[in-house]
Amino acid sequence: MTLSQVRHTFSRALIITRREVWDQLRDWRIVIPVIGLTLFFPLLMNFTANQTVRFVERYGAEIVGDRLIPFLLMVVGFFPISVSLVIALESFVGEKERHSLEPLLSSPMTDLELYIGKAIAAMLPPLFAAYLGVTVYLTGLALTVGWQPSPTLLIQILALTTVQAMVMVSGAVVISVQTTSVRAANLLASFIIIPFALLIQGESMIMFWAQYHVLWWVLVGLVFVMIALIRMGVRLFNREELLGRDIDEINMKAAWATFRAAYAGAGQGRGLVGWYRLEVFHAVRRLALPLVLMVGALAIAIVIGDNYAPLYRLPLSADDLQDFTRSFGERLAQLGFVSPIGAGWILLTNLRALAIATGLGAFSLGVLGVILLMLPLALVGYFAGQMALIGISPLLFVAAFILPHGLLEIPAAILEGAAILRLGASILAPPPGKTLGEGWLMALADWAKVSLALVAPLLAGAAALEVFVTPRVVLAIFGG
Amino acid sequence: MIETQGLSKRFDSFLAVDGVTLTVKPGEVLALLGPNGAGKTTTVRMLTSILKPSAGWARVAGHDVVEEPAAVRTRVGVLTENPGLYFRMRSEEYLDFFGELYGLPPAARRARAVQLLERFGMADARGKRLGEYSKGMRQKLALIRALLHDPPVLLLDEPTSAMDPQSARLVRDAIAELRSENRAIILCTHNLTEAEQLADQIAIIRRGRIITQGSPAALKRALLGAPVMELQTAAPLNGLVEDLSDAVEIVAAGENWVRYRAPDPAQINPLIVQRLADQKIPVVTLAEVPRSLEDVYLQVVEAADQ
Repeated sequence: MTLSQVRHTFSRALIITRREVWDQLRDWRIVIPVIGLTLFFPLLMNFTANQTVRFVERYGAEIVGDRLIPFLLMVVGFFPISVSLVIALESFVGEKERHSLEPLLSSPMTDLELYIGKAIAAMLPPLFAAYLGVTVYLTGLALTVGWQPSPTLLIQILALTTVQAMVMVSGAVVISVQTTSVRAANLLASFIIIPFALLIQGESMIMFWAQYHVLWWVLVGLVFVMIALIRMGVRLFNREELLGRDIDEINMKAAWATFRAAYAGAGQGRGLVGWYRLEVFHAVRRLALPLVLMVGALAIAIVIGDNYAPLYRLPLSADDLQDFTRSFGERLAQLGFVSPIGAGWILLTNLRALAIATGLGAFSLGVLGVILLMLPLALVGYFAGQMALIGISPLLFVAAFILPHGLLEIPAAILEGAAILRLGASILAPPPGKTLGEGWLMALADWAKVSLALVAPLLAGAAALEVFVTPRVVLAIFGG
Repeated sequence: MIETQGLSKRFDSFLAVDGVTLTVKPGEVLALLGPNGAGKTTTVRMLTSILKPSAGWARVAGHDVVEEPAAVRTRVGVLTENPGLYFRMRSEEYLDFFGELYGLPPAARRARAVQLLERFGMADARGKRLGEYSKGMRQKLALIRALLHDPPVLLLDEPTSAMDPQSARLVRDAIAELRSENRAIILCTHNLTEAEQLADQIAIIRRGRIITQGSPAALKRALLGAPVMELQTAAPLNGLVEDLSDAVEIVAAGENWVRYRAPDPAQINPLIVQRLADQKIPVVTLAEVPRSLEDVYLQVVEAADQ
């Protein structure tokens, strides 16, 4: 997109923005809360801050006042922007419900122009109210107790307020596209409200602890979430999605048909070899980028684990390890570990871990699933680091304890992690011409193919190796 | 000007439009008739480049609805099923907003808005907020919105629904006037009288498929048979009916009247009148018995149901 195209897109989008902002200013349901949160609420916070400062000073607890004033600054900025969520839901799904969206969609405006125009309109009045509220609050404090924020804190609060408004609006767009009524959108809005409630609690803790530098990390995290939600919103906010359905329903039959078609695909009726060749192979090819990311994530996990080794050093010596290894085989045999039952137990444990990782990944854009899979590798890095600290080659440790079964288990973890990452991220950008649900079901089918055809057999082999081979290798190398 | 071939739209497992093939030339009005849920609105949405066809193609004013959606939307005026107005706005402000969306210069869109508001008898309501408008007024304003940029293609979904008879007449007359050599119109309606009055072509759609298509006269002929003529005389026919049966198919007869089918009225009727003149029986009237589009519609839909 060239600069002139960007300018053209924004000038077109602002036609929508102007109308919507003007419309909001004529709606008392928006104007009255905004005035209240802009003028009366900051004055109330001002009064609260004053009273609290005077009260705590009597008991020599000035620190409470010192922490409370910046915290209230954040609250004064946040309260008006919470209205942006309501405006955004009303602006997007409300128009759909009132049927005034279709004439807009019939106009030559592009989807992007409509998205930008409406998003800016949903943010502008609440943000203006937030900035005004902050000004009122700070002016009051300057006049009464002579408090002024540091420029850094002021920038942090204003940036947080702005980005939080953008996250709320971009989240509201995603919700709006998936619903056909304001009622349904309000119900789904809890997916935004609950994380934001937790976020504000977290920010409160940071501010009462006076760890203001952490707010930069919160800001960075919010920017990432905002980018993801805007990308998702831009992809989903299209005419097809908006008018392609009239009622909110989950069509299980159609969902199953989509999943089944994606799972069996071109390999249907061509036997197991045909399915592997046509479907599993292509599913793995589609995981190219997630596979690279997963390899990178696991490498980072090893490095992180290794870095923690000197920080949390174990009371170990090379002799301890040798003593432990000598009795290693006997102990395992006593536990009945060196048996098919032991292998089955390991396999089940690993499958359970992958199931948990999938569940977590499905609701966190894949992130929590990947973090869970990074943990074992972080532990490997940590123990390898410990070995290095007591003078044993970490590579030898890895070759003995990890590599025999890791040759199968680590590729399985990489494949599964990549499939989880794609499943989680599939909602960010459905394939062209596919709905959000269809895109997710297709990613789920790829996950199922990879899990069943590759990961499960690899883990079964790894479990057998871990029980029957790894202990022998450990004994051979470290048994003395 | 509007051309579709095998146009289909599927929502999950539901086939809303199934292989619709239509051609509407400049200057023509096509009435798309069909029960609720037949696929009319989905077809219109595909022709406006709002929904992408699942199969087939459509070209509107020379532009492909999938490849050139912006060009299509610039050349189409759409009256949506629901007027969908912004109730806190006033008419001129509302039309100015849409005029800007369609890229009209400020002076042009103001002049056009005033002209259309006056034409549709809405000039007096300019001071009111749109929420205060009656249903009919809302519908008229939505029609004005569709006409604002003077589009060469008009897609009108139920243009006279919810209107009082006077307003409906006004809108029908306006649509008739809008027919021009450079404009093609698709009219989705349940009002068969309106369709018959305005349309050059009728297409009946049911469960997403066009089940019959043609001019009103051709459809009547095809489905109800050749036109029926009624002849009234000033004197008794006195057995002349039997004489006429060799030339035409007699449908019914009375003492001084007869109804007969005339596959080609231009040839048959002069012959009949000549025979009566020869018999010195004065003719009072000779006219085609009116047959409504409703008869055609019901017959087609019932046949399709069976």
